[in-house]
Amino acid sequence: MKLTDRFKSGLGAPICLTWELTYACNLACVHCLSSSGVRDPRELTTQEAMALIDEMAAMQIFYVNIGGGEPMIRSDFFDLVDHCVAKGVGVKFSTNGTRLTFEKAQRLAASPMVDVQISLDGADAATNDAVRGEGSYAASIAAMDNLMAAGFGEFKISVVMTRHNIPQIGELYALAQHYGAQLRLTRFRPSGRGADSWEALHPTQAQQRELYAWLLEHPMVLTGDSFFHLSALGNPLEGLNLCGAGRVVCLIDPIGDVYACPFVIHDDFLAGNVREEGGFGSIWRDSALFTELREPTSAGACASCGSYDACQGGCMAAKFFTGLPLDGPDPECVFGHGEAQLASQAVSIRPAARSDHSKRSPLTISS
Amino acid sequence: MRRLLNTAEVLTTFNPEQPWTLSSKVALRDESFGALAYHYGNRRLVFLKSRDLVDLVRDLEHHDKAADAIVATVGPERFDTYVRALDALVESEVICER
Ligand code: SF4
Ligand code: SF4
Repeated sequence: MKLTDRFKSGLGAPICLTWELTYACNLACVHCLSSSGVRDPRELTTQEAMALIDEMAAMQIFYVNIGGGEPMIRSDFFDLVDHCVAKGVGVKFSTNGTRLTFEKAQRLAASPMVDVQISLDGADAATNDAVRGEGSYAASIAAMDNLMAAGFGEFKISVVMTRHNIPQIGELYALAQHYGAQLRLTRFRPSGRGADSWEALHPTQAQQRELYAWLLEHPMVLTGDSFFHLSALGNPLEGLNLCGAGRVVCLIDPIGDVYACPFVIHDDFLAGNVREEGGFGSIWRDSALFTELREPTSAGACASCGSYDACQGGCMAAKFFTGLPLDGPDPECVFGHGEAQLASQAVSIRPAARSDHSKRSPLTISS
Repeated sequence: MRRLLNTAEVLTTFNPEQPWTLSSKVALRDESFGALAYHYGNRRLVFLKSRDLVDLVRDLEHHDKAADAIVATVGPERFDTYVRALDALVESEVICER
């Protein structure tokens, strides 16, 4: 039986569950997938968040990926983490590092069930700060120094790959080695504010091929399965190599809305809210949206492509937010079919996001 | 999850004459195809692709020898198949010696 078939009936719980704790963030990265900035008054209360953790434990969710916004901004952050650990739900959380003091690093180091990911989008301040804002490189480095000094052990450095940091991949790898950390590379998708900067920042075709070759040579580098569209270039990359939205992946946003994937915060991919009767479990098991996403997908315009088995037409979110049909090539199709289709469309209508928590200050992309 | 194998670590192989058990670091969740196992130490996710294998893994701790558990849960005809399956689970640290 193929792996994809196994997901049709639906897993009892997601493998990769992301839970964004807040839309509040002290940074304003140009590519923020959740358009974070200011807190939403409807965010889950501590009590509701605790109950949700209880439900995750009851569903036997192995671990939860905590993000935001900046999750450490929530004053109950450590209470929630402690509750996860007490209930046997592992925690992997992503942070911009600005709040990760030595004391907090020590606290995190005390729990083997907690894994930390520091975001860093360039090997030097100029490259990183152009995307994440001034001072953010220094903040990430300080957080990593604190983790190292606290004896945290192997944490992760999480990099969103752009046109400007792909040439620095060797330096980023060396930096991770210096900290005894694991490098985690993720694909830049046109989600949230990323929709506005994607055109300028997404890798070129030549860079995609470079990255693919590099990933094959460095199988220890984590990718969260995010570059499977590159598998069309030859040997498949490690991982499930399929779009897991609603099948193995899902997102609970700060106000309890459940989306098929962290990169598709849009009404079309909203399955329900954890505050509703039945809670998260019934949304995961029975929502109409997730049931539909577990059906086999049509290859559409990719049907005649010899690489469809490896690539599966790529990422649903990338297609959706660039205005491409979901059953066709990825905008970054390695054979250029996505670009051709985008170029041939007289008008391409990018779906507008309903959920935008950006601060009102204008954002600029320096390229 | 991918991780470097600690080279200093001596990898044990599966011996059906020994007592085995599901590792205390592993959570096992039933699924329609069998079960998913997650190891909190090495952070690996393992697919157990048959119900019989899941039952067998859970039954290991009740027998002095894994061989007895295999015969009791899946029968002697499929002995070799399940020795291989358990061997793979030793490698991913899902089961360990008791
Ligand atoms: S939509 Fe894209 S990011 Fe989301 S699960 Fe599918 S492939 Fe991954
Ligand atoms: S045509 Fe479709 S399946 Fe083929 S490589 Fe491009 S996106 Fe992937």
